[in-house]
Amino acid sequence: MKVKIKSNAFLIAVSAVILGLFAGGLLMMSIGSNPFEGFYYLFRGGLMNMERIGNTISTAITLMLVGLSVAFAFKTGLFNIGAAGQMLVGGLCATLVAHYVFIPRPFYLVVIIFCAFLGGALWGVIPGILKAKFNVHEVVATIMMNWIAYWSIYYFVPAYLKGPSLETESKSIAIEQSLRSPWLTEIFGGGYINLGIFVAVGAIFVIKYVLDKTTLGFELKAVGSNRFCAEYAGIKVNRNVVISMMIAGGLAGLAGMTYYTGYSRNIQIGVMPSMGFDGIAVALLGASNPIGVLFSALFFGMLQSGKGFMNAMTEVPPEIADTIIATIIYFTATSVLFSRFWDSVGRKKRDKAQQKIDQDESKEEVSHE
Amino acid sequence: MNNTTTKKSLFTSPLGIAIYIVVGLVLLALLATNHLIGMILPYAIAYTIPLLMTALGGLYSERSGVTNLGLEGLMLVGYFASALTIRLTEQTLQASALPLGLLAGVLAGALFSMLHAFASINLKADQVISGTAINMLASALTVYLARTIAGSGNVRIMLGIVRKDIPGLSKIPGIGTLFFTQSYWSTWVALIVWGASWFLLYKTSFGLRLRACGEHPSAVASAGVNVYGMRYFGVGMSGALAGLGGSIILITYSGEFNGTVAGLGFLSIAALIFGQWKPLGILGATFFFGTATTIANVSQVIPQLGVIPPVIFKVFPYVVTLLALIVFSKRSAAPKAVGEAF
Repeated sequence: MKVKIKSNAFLIAVSAVILGLFAGGLLMMSIGSNPFEGFYYLFRGGLMNMERIGNTISTAITLMLVGLSVAFAFKTGLFNIGAAGQMLVGGLCATLVAHYVFIPRPFYLVVIIFCAFLGGALWGVIPGILKAKFNVHEVVATIMMNWIAYWSIYYFVPAYLKGPSLETESKSIAIEQSLRSPWLTEIFGGGYINLGIFVAVGAIFVIKYVLDKTTLGFELKAVGSNRFCAEYAGIKVNRNVVISMMIAGGLAGLAGMTYYTGYSRNIQIGVMPSMGFDGIAVALLGASNPIGVLFSALFFGMLQSGKGFMNAMTEVPPEIADTIIATIIYFTATSVLFSRFWDSVGRKKRDKAQQKIDQDESKEEVSHE
Repeated sequence: MNNTTTKKSLFTSPLGIAIYIVVGLVLLALLATNHLIGMILPYAIAYTIPLLMTALGGLYSERSGVTNLGLEGLMLVGYFASALTIRLTEQTLQASALPLGLLAGVLAGALFSMLHAFASINLKADQVISGTAINMLASALTVYLARTIAGSGNVRIMLGIVRKDIPGLSKIPGIGTLFFTQSYWSTWVALIVWGASWFLLYKTSFGLRLRACGEHPSAVASAGVNVYGMRYFGVGMSGALAGLGGSIILITYSGEFNGTVAGLGFLSIAALIFGQWKPLGILGATFFFGTATTIANVSQVIPQLGVIPPVIFKVFPYVVTLLALIVFSKRSAAPKAVGEAF
């Protein structure tokens, strides 16, 4: 039974991706470009050499952590649409650490990770408490928190972290204070690759362990599948809602750290980080499974980092990548279409097999007679 | 019994409170120098109208039982469609390109919202996820099309609405100069749409049925009403009105499509909640938010307001919405069946 559900999720994900790519192809055709050429350059832009692969991975790092954040909240039946705001706050905390804390590297990394997690967790725990205490819908609360973060940073950065030239971004952090690492940069021959990769992969396995092997994970999932049943079984539902949102927020905060102090080295104001929403696509496509999130983040990372190259080589605007991602979300949301389709395919097969068995049996009966 | 509860609730309901806040705000403004109101009010109204239209769209959708988080994207689609239409026709049609642009925005919004309607009504998809997909799709697709059709991600138009005095009414002392001078015609169109919507939703049997679809769809269905059709209408209206809101941004204060409506769609959702899913409530809430936005924008130039950091005004709408949600969490005015597939 479990295997069947899993393969179903996989089939749905693959169908959504294929339809998303197909829609992207149609869009390229509609402006008179050759879709095969477009996709060729899109994938080539993401994968053609070590540096490009490094960039794909470093884009995927952020998406992975956001995807994990959304997936983790999903497991408790919560929809964390506030990853963008949590990223901003976590990223701001990390940036502050990068500007003002000067201690040996290993301690420094611990401090920056801790602060980014804490910042995101703070932004996530507020909607969690509102949900637990006052039954305020977490979707609305997290959206409000997004814009509170957006405007707070809009005014905080120019006031306290003003860059030397541009009004719209914070001053850059020193490269040795960022998550970039000389040996990683050397392996990949430059690019944006940074230590966030270990944070992201580590987080994937920690979350997988927490969900699959611990009491906390069991309780969170129990609340997600049926909160009344969980309550009846003696699980403290409200406590779990708060914990779930806190950890989800913390993960998004880590995503903000990898983006603002690893991928880039400053915070731009007036920009809601789009990864906060792409992460929803990552979680949905990965069927809220940590390992699924890992692979879908790599896939979306490739689309995002290849789009610039594609735009340089063809007439296709870079927004095609975002269009494909959005289409994939739409098709995952409407996945009932695919599950009906695959179910009917499966049923036909089963029916045929059943028919065959019936026929064989009747034959046997005949032969017995 | 029913009568007394409505009377009581007028004083304690969010609607009533929203009215008090608005009245209080206006009185406060009157206490300040007349000059200041004269400066702020036109901008406040200009910011309010797109929010009002979009929140009203959200009202149709949520009252019919479909959550619409895609308002931001639907606004953007209207914003883009009207920019493109006006850009392509303003040379030949001159001033009549503007109404044509509004119409294009309305139609594009309605058409795009059908994606959400199909997903959430026929396919029973998660409406929150579908709405998120609409937002992402709109922001990617409009810029994609702008780049290919207009050559760049920004579409600038030459025309804009000329502000005009309303003959007769503008001569009334006090109110006349505040509300009827230098106004956009789109503002009056929007207010008529608002009034008509109130009438449709609260004074006709069609409106009663539509609202019932958001409360108890199976009861409505057993009375022989087509719930799917009603919900399609609700979502379609939300697309049309959000598209109208986006177009009004373009032809009043923006003058250029730039790929984002900067969260105004989400602010409209906040207004819808803060206005407790009622036409008068959202009128108050959007005016309130519009005024807060204006004050934040102009506080740098006006010394009387410079003492309060602008971030307070910008964050304000979201914080009060959260507070409103907490205060009214015990008895939410949200339609009971909103977000549930039928």
